[in-house]
Amino acid sequence: MNKDLPVIDVRGLHKSFDGTEVLKGVDFTIQRGEIISIIGSSGSGKSTLLRCMNWLEVPDGGTIRIVGDLVGVRADGKTPMPERDLARMRARMAMVFQSFNLWPHFNVLRNVTEAPVHVKGLGKAEARERAEHWLERVGMIHKKDAYPFTLSGGQKQRVAIARALAMDPEVILFDEPTSALDPELVGEVQEVIGELASDGFTMAIVTHEMAFARSISNEVAFIEKGVIVEKGPPGTLFTNPESDRLRQFIRRHI
Amino acid sequence: MNLQDWLTVWTHFDEVVKGFGVTVLFFVVASVGGFALGCVCVYAMEGRASVAKRLLRAALDVMRTLPFLIVLYLLYYGLPQLGIRMGAWTAGVLALTTYHAAYYAEILRGARATLPVGQVEAARSHGFSPFTAYFRILLPQMVLRSGPLIGNQLVGCLKDTAFLSIITIYEMTAAANALQAIYFIPMPAFIVVILAYWLISLILERLLRRMGRYAKLRGLSYE
Repeated sequence: MNKDLPVIDVRGLHKSFDGTEVLKGVDFTIQRGEIISIIGSSGSGKSTLLRCMNWLEVPDGGTIRIVGDLVGVRADGKTPMPERDLARMRARMAMVFQSFNLWPHFNVLRNVTEAPVHVKGLGKAEARERAEHWLERVGMIHKKDAYPFTLSGGQKQRVAIARALAMDPEVILFDEPTSALDPELVGEVQEVIGELASDGFTMAIVTHEMAFARSISNEVAFIEKGVIVEKGPPGTLFTNPESDRLRQFIRRHI
Repeated sequence: MNLQDWLTVWTHFDEVVKGFGVTVLFFVVASVGGFALGCVCVYAMEGRASVAKRLLRAALDVMRTLPFLIVLYLLYYGLPQLGIRMGAWTAGVLALTTYHAAYYAEILRGARATLPVGQVEAARSHGFSPFTAYFRILLPQMVLRSGPLIGNQLVGCLKDTAFLSIITIYEMTAAANALQAIYFIPMPAFIVVILAYWLISLILERLLRRMGRYAKLRGLSYE
């Protein structure tokens, strides 16, 4: 594995839904250890960009690479990848969803061990050890035998983060991780993400929380109408936006 | 209906027991097989639409519109005309299994349609293949959410085993019928098998209640 290659490298990404072009040729990279926030108004394409990275949405054009390896298509850039290979690619980037999407029929511990055991082929004991480690980290170890429907939104999201981390991913994709939470629960989730940031995890976070994006990221991308308008360190981007559109956006959101 | 009639049933009770065994055997094999086949059919209809999937769907729909007796007749009396011959037991198991598979497929398809899309996405994004995602993540939830419907279907299957007597299979209804025909004791003979069917239904209800508790513990209850 080449350490110099970007973890995620998106080139010329296009995506339309029912004739509406949502992404209009997006170039985007995530370097190793980078924490990048993607901001923009609703419908700007920021979630679609994230969901294209792990092929939950199939792009209409452009390429996505994870550490140099093409995602979703074979080396010729056209033939769709066999499901088995695609699954292997997806396992390298974990995703945390707005609506948590924990598996309700499994308890908390099993939610975290399920994919490592049945996708990565880890032994049960090792998976369990690893799961307990991550549940400890997100402060959810005391609930390891509970079923998801008994948890609060913030607790569910912390379990979902542990579930993602247990896959030992190269990058974690957060799709509006706090948008479905009651305001008083936002903090506990942001705190966990903040700790991961200081541990050097590579992360991309689609978010509406500007203060959070500013404090946690070392890079912020502003996307509007399917193109990345500006990208830079949060200090410059938030205090000195170049484009009018970003200036307006910031005025509306802070 | 006097004591003598009941004693006649008692002396031939081994016949009833034999019939009971055959009924339970067909019921268990067809229910397990039909359920499994139903699960596979719903898996086969996953993903992007295709001609094959549409045909499968149509075949399942047709199956559900037929009376079970017709399916049984078709397999046992109809197919030999096309040169396909099978014994009564084979025809019985095949008919019962495929017929109920069509219903299980419909029950599970309904449950699949109401699963949040995020469940699939979470499985995919954690590297599950479509196959593993379906059988480990989706199907258990679909089953847990369909408890009462599956219960109805089990009872339906139990009752359909009685039709097997028509193609010469000596199951419980056939055993009772033989007894009443020889000794003319219809009431005692049929009351005994009614109790036997009822007993099986009670056991099924127990199992389903257990499944209901399992589902409720996970917030997937259907009440």
